[in-house]
Amino acid sequence: MTEKKTGPEQGRKIRVLVAKPGLDGHDRGAKVVARALRDAGMEVIYTGLRQTPEMIAEAALQEDVDVVGLSILSGAHMALTPRLLELLKMNGQSDVKIFIGGIIPDEDLQRLKEMGVTGVYGPGASTEDIIRDVRLAVTK
Amino acid sequence: MTYSQAVLNGNRLALARLLTQVENNTPEGRAALVELFPHTGKAHLIGVTGAPGTGKSSLVNQLALLYRKVENWRVAIVAVDPSSPFTGGAVLGDRVRMRDLSGDPNVFIRSMATRGSLGGLAQSTANMTQVFDAAGFDAVIIETVGAGQSEVEVARLAHTTLVVDAPGMGDDIQAIKAGILEIADILVINKADRPGVENTEKALKSMLELAHPTERVFRHHGLTMRTPLDQTTGKPAPAQDSSSTAMWIPPILRTVSIESKGIMELAASIARHVAHLRQSGGWALRERARLEVELETLTREALWNQFHEKVPQEEYKIVLEKVVQRNISPWEAVNELMKGRLK
Repeated sequence: MTEKKTGPEQGRKIRVLVAKPGLDGHDRGAKVVARALRDAGMEVIYTGLRQTPEMIAEAALQEDVDVVGLSILSGAHMALTPRLLELLKMNGQSDVKIFIGGIIPDEDLQRLKEMGVTGVYGPGASTEDIIRDVRLAVTK
Repeated sequence: MTYSQAVLNGNRLALARLLTQVENNTPEGRAALVELFPHTGKAHLIGVTGAPGTGKSSLVNQLALLYRKVENWRVAIVAVDPSSPFTGGAVLGDRVRMRDLSGDPNVFIRSMATRGSLGGLAQSTANMTQVFDAAGFDAVIIETVGAGQSEVEVARLAHTTLVVDAPGMGDDIQAIKAGILEIADILVINKADRPGVENTEKALKSMLELAHPTERVFRHHGLTMRTPLDQTTGKPAPAQDSSSTAMWIPPILRTVSIESKGIMELAASIARHVAHLRQSGGWALRERARLEVELETLTREALWNQFHEKVPQEEYKIVLEKVVQRNISPWEAVNELMKGRLK
């Protein structure tokens, strides 16, 4: 009975956690995405700067989100992403989808996708694409 | 295992998911509320309200930290932020100020959007606090949206209501208006290191001196705060013992959240308020008033649903159209619809 029920077909709002792991302090991108998702009718929980994967997983659990968006500009995505995925799995939240925004080298894209990341967005990505992908990801 | 069993066993994931069901008012959520009800009534519900930017979230953060350290309480926080009236979306940012609480398994923070509800809380906020109460949290802190003058719903829900003000938020005429300041059990001037704190305190103090102390039990959506009446005479109940029924005068406290100043005093003041409520019978009165309103709301909802089952949607639309065309008045329309229901 306690299985997850997600997606708009349940009549519920899509809940997204937008988090900023790592030590860089540039959160403009995260805020733009948060605002865009809000304008698309989603409920966005914003956690602020310098979050550890542990803090993000904790917030994702408490807020029972469908999706986590990570903003990573520090180059640490190949360390932070698997760690977060592992923590979500440990918490029983392997159904939570992850997307990443930031500076991600092309050679890492494939590996991130293989880990289960649903989307990677670099500079110039359109918010429409992100919104569409998030909606698609939660209905899967 | 059902939601409620898992929540009573302390399963945090089940708690998080049940909160979603309750927030969305699903059949599972409602069923769990029924099962959890016998386990409620233990937690201290603390409401925190005030204008945007007065530092409510930071204050809640500090208060929760102190309850963890000093009292070793399990603390739940329900933080409400507004939904956009246009898109229904929301950015819920209260967690940004509460990062100190991260990593503590005995703290559970849940953000929620108002989803169109006015009054400073969301429709399901009260039910969410019930879930936390049943889950064994000692204190549930409810942070409202940045409230203006009439977002007073929180006083109906909470045992103790803090109204947070900050220097420079308005002159003394703001302080004597009805509404938000009236619901305060404790007035907090946050950011008290800022200039103008003296004026703010003076304004609040004069507001309190002008007020006639009454036993305030918040009832219907801000319409009435009642003085308890003697059941037989209908007159205000006489004080049985002047020491135990002494009126609570809201204290004015100064805090600086970001420096953790004044938080100990605030916690002590909250504890004094609880002791006062317990001693004066105010606790039971508030619980009773809260449950009464809840029962009323649910009854109204049930009647509404019953009405909709009996009156076909088409008939309703026809009557609505008549009103829109100015053929009949809304009052006549209601009469017509109710007659249809009784047939």
